[in-house]
Amino acid sequence: MALVLNEEQTMLRDSARGFIGDKAPVAHLRQLRDSKDATGFSRDLWRSFAEMGFSGLLVPEEFGGSGLGCVEAGVVMEEIGRTLMPSPFLATAVLAATALKRGGSAAQKSEHLPKIAEGSLLAALAIDEGSKHRPLQTAMQAVRSGNGFKLNGAKAFVVDGHTADLLIVAARSAGAPGEREGLTLFLVDPRSKGIELERTAMVDSHNAARIVFDNVEVNADGVLGEVDQGGMLLEGVLNIGRGAVASEMVGVSEEVFGRTVSYLKERKQFGKLIGEFQALQHRAAHLYTEIEITRAAVLKALQMLDENVDNAGAAVAVAKARAGTTATLAVQEGVQMHGGMGMTDQFDIGFFMKRARVCQELFGDSNFHADQLARLKNY
Amino acid sequence: MPDTDQFRRDARVWLEANCPPEMRRPMTSDEDTFWGGRNAKFSSEPQRVWFERMRDKGWTVPHWPTEFGGGGLDAEQTKILRQEMAAISARLPLVSFGISMLGPALLKYGTDAQKKEHLPKIAAGLIRWCQGYSEPNAGSDLASLQTRAESDGDDFIINGQKIWTSYANFADWIFCLVRTDASGKKHDGISFILFDMASKGVSTKPILLISGKSPFCETFFDNVRVPKANVIGTVNRGWDVAKYLLQHERAMISGMGERGVGRPLGQVAADSIGADEQGRLDDAMLRGQIASFEVDEAALACAAERAVDLAKAGQAHPAFSSAMKYYGTELNKRRHEILMSAGGIDALEWESERSKQGARPRAWLRTKANSIEGGTSEVMLGIVAKRILDLPGA
Repeated sequence: MALVLNEEQTMLRDSARGFIGDKAPVAHLRQLRDSKDATGFSRDLWRSFAEMGFSGLLVPEEFGGSGLGCVEAGVVMEEIGRTLMPSPFLATAVLAATALKRGGSAAQKSEHLPKIAEGSLLAALAIDEGSKHRPLQTAMQAVRSGNGFKLNGAKAFVVDGHTADLLIVAARSAGAPGEREGLTLFLVDPRSKGIELERTAMVDSHNAARIVFDNVEVNADGVLGEVDQGGMLLEGVLNIGRGAVASEMVGVSEEVFGRTVSYLKERKQFGKLIGEFQALQHRAAHLYTEIEITRAAVLKALQMLDENVDNAGAAVAVAKARAGTTATLAVQEGVQMHGGMGMTDQFDIGFFMKRARVCQELFGDSNFHADQLARLKNY
Repeated sequence: MPDTDQFRRDARVWLEANCPPEMRRPMTSDEDTFWGGRNAKFSSEPQRVWFERMRDKGWTVPHWPTEFGGGGLDAEQTKILRQEMAAISARLPLVSFGISMLGPALLKYGTDAQKKEHLPKIAAGLIRWCQGYSEPNAGSDLASLQTRAESDGDDFIINGQKIWTSYANFADWIFCLVRTDASGKKHDGISFILFDMASKGVSTKPILLISGKSPFCETFFDNVRVPKANVIGTVNRGWDVAKYLLQHERAMISGMGERGVGRPLGQVAADSIGADEQGRLDDAMLRGQIASFEVDEAALACAAERAVDLAKAGQAHPAFSSAMKYYGTELNKRRHEILMSAGGIDALEWESERSKQGARPRAWLRTKANSIEGGTSEVMLGIVAKRILDLPGA
C-alpha cells in the first residue's frame, strides 16, 4: 500500500478539516475552559459530528457504522489535533468501538455499537492506575462472586470518564501485577453501586476522571472477551488508541509549526523579518524534517494496523515514540520562536503545548515506546 | 491487486533460488561492495555469481527500461523487489554512481544516442563513473566553480581542478561541471559534460582522510580535449542537470549505512557488553540511546518509502531530498557513534587481523563526511528553509 492518502481518505480529511475548523477552532476550547463547562465538550457539536458519520467510522456497517479503518480514524484525529477540539471521538468512537468490535459478544455488539455509531452512547476506557502508563501492572482485583465478579481498586486518567455511559475496565482476575496473563476486560455501568467518580481538571482543559471501585458487582455478561485472556484484546485496542493519539500529535505539531512559520515571515526585529535569521531558519527546517518523518511513521503504523500485520506493534511503538518527541519539540519551538507572546494565555500556542504534554503521557510516552521496541527486538 | 501479488511471489522465489547465502550478510568492508568498471575484480565467487544473475535479469537497475539494460519494472514492482531483497538481507549486486546519480540525469536530459551509448554500460557495470563537481575554495558554493571549457571547433578544451572526487582514481569516466561562459550570473554559463578519465591531460591524486583511507581525490585537467557531443542538456544550462542529479545524490547519501539490514543494533551491542538477568542490554543508558536511535531509524525508512510514493503520486516537493539527506546523514553518524560505544575498547583497534584492519573505527570516521559531502547539513537546512518553507532573506 502506498504511504499516501488515497482519494477517499483525502476527501474525508477535507470534510473533517472543514467541519472541525469551522465549528471548533481553538476559541471553542478556550470558551469551554473559561466558562468552566461541566461537560468539557459540546454535546451539540458531538451530535452534528455523529450526523456527519464520524462517530461510526470504525463501527461495522451491519451495526450502523461505515466500517472504515485506522487510517481513516487517524485522519480525523489529526484534524482534531489541529484545533484541539475536545470530543469523545478517541474514547468512544476509537477505543470503545474497537474494544466492542473485537471482543464483544453478539449481544454486546448489537446493544452498544449502533448507539456509538449514532452518537448516543459515550464510553471510556479505564486502564491506568499509577502515574505512568503500565498496562501489565494492572492491580485492580476482579474476584468471582455469584454469577459474576466483584471489582475493587482505582483507575486514573480515564479519558472522558466523567461523561461516560459505559466504562470498559481492565482488572486482574488472576495472576499478579506485571504478568501478561490474568487480565480481564469488563463492561461496567458507571452508575453501579460502589463507584466513586471524580472529574480531574487537567492542564490541557480536556477531560479525564479518577474512579474508585469499591465492591462493584458485574454480571458474567459484563465480561468483554474471555476471562483471564483480556491482555491480548487490551493490547490490540491500546495499539489502535496509540496510533490515533500519534495522529493527533501530528496534527498538533503541524498546526503549531504552520503558525510558527507564518510568524517568522511577519515578525520584525532588528529591522529584519526574524525568518531571515539563519539560526531560526535552520531550526525551522529541522523541525519540518522531524514532522515529515513522523508523519510517514504514523501513517505506516496505521496502515499496518489495518492490514493486521504481525509486527504492527513495533510500528506503533515507533509511531507513538516519534510523535511524542516531535510534538514536544514542535510546541517548545513554537513558544520560543513566538517569544514573549508565546508565553501569554491570550495567544493560542500555549494550548498546543499543554495538549502535547497530555498526549505524550496518554498510552505510553516516548520512553515507554522506545523500551517496547527494544523488548520486541530482544535487547 | 493480484498482479503485484504474483510479482511478489515470483520475485521471492527467484531471489531465494539465485541469491547466494554469502550475499545475504551485512557488508563489513569495502571489498563487500562491487563497483564495476573496466578494472573491476570480484572479491569472491558468490559476489560474481550474484552480480551476473542480477545483471542478466536487468535488476541492477530494475526500474530502467529494458532497452537500456534495465528490468522494465514499474514503481510498485521496484518497491516490492526492494522489500523482498531487504527481507533476506540481500546485498546490492552493484553499487555505482552511474546508477544512483548519472543514470537519472541521462534518462531525463540525455539524447537518444547518449542514452544508448552510456546507460547499458552502467546497467552492466562495465564503466565506473565519478563526479566532477566540487572545486578547491568552492565548497558548498558549488556554482562558483572555475574549471573552464573553451570552444575549439567540435571540441571543448578543459582546464582546471576538481576536489573531493570520490574514487576518481578507480573511475573510467567522469560527469563534470565546467564553466563555458564566465560573463553572466554564476549559475548561468555552466555546462554538464562527460569524458573518459583516460583522456590525455587528466590526472588524479588521492586525499588521505582521518579514517586512514582515500575515498576522495584531487583531479586535474590540463588541456583535456572533449567532443561537444558529450554535453548533456544544453550548453550553459548545465546547472539544471546538476540540480536534478543532486536530488538523486542526496537521496542516495540519506540511504547510506546499513539501515534495515542485519541485526538490531541492540543485539550487536549485547554481543560485546552482555545482558542482565532479564535479558536487557547490560548498560541501561546505552540501551536507551540505541532504542531511541532505532525509533528514528525505522521512522526514516518510512519517510524514504513515502518519498517514493509521493513522487509516484505527483505530490513530492523537489527539495524534499535535502531534508532526507540532512536527516539520514546525521542519523548515520549517530549509528556509528553507538557502534563505537557498543564495541568499547575492541572498537579502538586500528591495525590488526582481528579488527579487519580497524573496519569499525574507520567506518565511524568515514561517516563524519556524510554531513559535509553532497552539500553540508547547514546547506540542506538552508534549502529546506527557503525552497520548502519559503522563509525570507538571502
